[in-house]
Amino acid sequence: MEKHSLSLTGLGRTFGATRAVDAVTLDIRPGEFVGVIGRSGAGKSTLLRLINRLIDPTSGRITFGDTDVTALRGRALRQWRRDCAMVFQQFNLVERLDVLTNVLVGRLADHGFLTSMAMRFTDAERTIAIRALDRLDLAPQALQRAGTLSGGQQQRVAIARALVQNPRIMLADEPIASLDPGNATRVMEALRSINRDDGITVLVNLHTLDTARAYCHRIIAMRDGRVFFDGRPALLTDDVVRDIYGSEGLAEFNEAVTSTAASPNRLTEIA
Amino acid sequence: MSTAILAFERDYAVQRHHARLTFAAVTAVLIVLFLVTAEASNFFKITQVTLADGTRAERWVIGAGLPRLGEYISKTIPDLSWASLGSDLAVWFSRWQIWAQLLLETVLIAFMATVLGVVGGFILSFPAARNLAPNRWVLWLSRRYLEIARTVPELVFALIFVFCFGVGPMAGVLAIGLHTAGALGKLYSEANENIDMRPLDGVKAAGGSWFDMIRYGAVPQVLPNVLSYTLLRFEINVRASSIIGYVGAGGLGQEFRTAMSYQEYTDLSALFVIILVTVTVIDRLSEMLRHRVMGLEART
Repeated sequence: MEKHSLSLTGLGRTFGATRAVDAVTLDIRPGEFVGVIGRSGAGKSTLLRLINRLIDPTSGRITFGDTDVTALRGRALRQWRRDCAMVFQQFNLVERLDVLTNVLVGRLADHGFLTSMAMRFTDAERTIAIRALDRLDLAPQALQRAGTLSGGQQQRVAIARALVQNPRIMLADEPIASLDPGNATRVMEALRSINRDDGITVLVNLHTLDTARAYCHRIIAMRDGRVFFDGRPALLTDDVVRDIYGSEGLAEFNEAVTSTAASPNRLTEIA
Repeated sequence: MSTAILAFERDYAVQRHHARLTFAAVTAVLIVLFLVTAEASNFFKITQVTLADGTRAERWVIGAGLPRLGEYISKTIPDLSWASLGSDLAVWFSRWQIWAQLLLETVLIAFMATVLGVVGGFILSFPAARNLAPNRWVLWLSRRYLEIARTVPELVFALIFVFCFGVGPMAGVLAIGLHTAGALGKLYSEANENIDMRPLDGVKAAGGSWFDMIRYGAVPQVLPNVLSYTLLRFEINVRASSIIGYVGAGGLGQEFRTAMSYQEYTDLSALFVIILVTVTVIDRLSEMLRHRVMGLEART
């Protein structure tokens, strides 16, 4: 598969009078693991939804190689969504369907109308789906209803659904914000493996700075819809962080307070 | 007392005064409305009646009419006595062979109409749901269609279809089916409007079409509601199909008409007993089924 860069040029989206995303220009190289940080309402989710075209931009362009993503319509648009898979904070699974069918939803972009309405999938597709589930240690739960699974398991089902799309880019919108530290680590490790082993570009919104530092090659910070910082994690100093989160009033900004990672020395501190 | 409490006492008195005034005004308006509507529907009419000695007299319409209600009901009650109960019943239900056949036809009309109505209502309930409609025009069109289908009474549709397709059960099926589609489409679409939209976002983000979003995201969520509304509607349709024959659209209703025009009053009570028993039995069965479905739902 040829590798393309994802380019955003002057990308903007307004909701009423609010500029959720304001003139964002970025170039995401193939194979990068990019973390997007910023306080709530900074436009992180909107940015990801714009890239997947769940919402349309009010200005600017998205291009992937030679493809003008902002101009895609109909079937081509659905194929673009398949190519840049999305994982959500709330998992967005169909809780009343079984896990396997939820994963097979990732194959719908290439399906005919009637087989899709009848929920009929080929053996080959089921094989792809069960392999993806097995990779995330969820093969034993394949026939359970998705709603009966724990949050961490549901998020891994969502990642399996994204994987069977055979994507080039994986977008993850705060994938660990609703998870406990153990499950958060498993989900981040799964994203890292997808990035390293499959060479898929990963773009992930995060609330926890230490997670961003631990996993990402590159960190993009947003503030009021604009890109405020873009660089290697090492360049993200305390002063920059304070500016990103606008926490001038706070005497001390402690990363450990926001952390969800299970670190042994923190546990001993509490004990 | 503190000034804050004094201020409260003053405000409270004002508020109470307002509440009393509002109550008095609303009560007065309701009484006037009641009197006006009662007058418009002839509740205060004075009518002329013939007394037992043959003289005419002026009487209030309700006082004059109520005894006739008893008279009518007593006419429909057959002569039954313990000594000859078997033969009395045989006389009362002398037309049982025709009625049994028509009863079967009635239930079949209800079933077929429910099936047609469910299919039509289910399909239209998605474009008619505000959160799922692909655009405003589709929403507007499907909503207006469902409105027309459910506001026109079944009997009116039945008259039209008898004119088109002739006397018989097919007109009844179409009439009740159309009305059912309108009523169920409205109920289903309200269920659709209450669903969780996140699974639909998930399907869309994976490259699914609008139909995929409905099939995978919406349908699994509303299925229990759909089943429950459908069974309820079948009960309603049995009642509807038992009267629709009055305009020639098949089922027991035609016997009501025959009995009334030939003044066979005891036939009317026999038909009433048949419909009461049938509707009760179907109500109970469908209620059992619904509770079973809901029970299964609760367990998983």
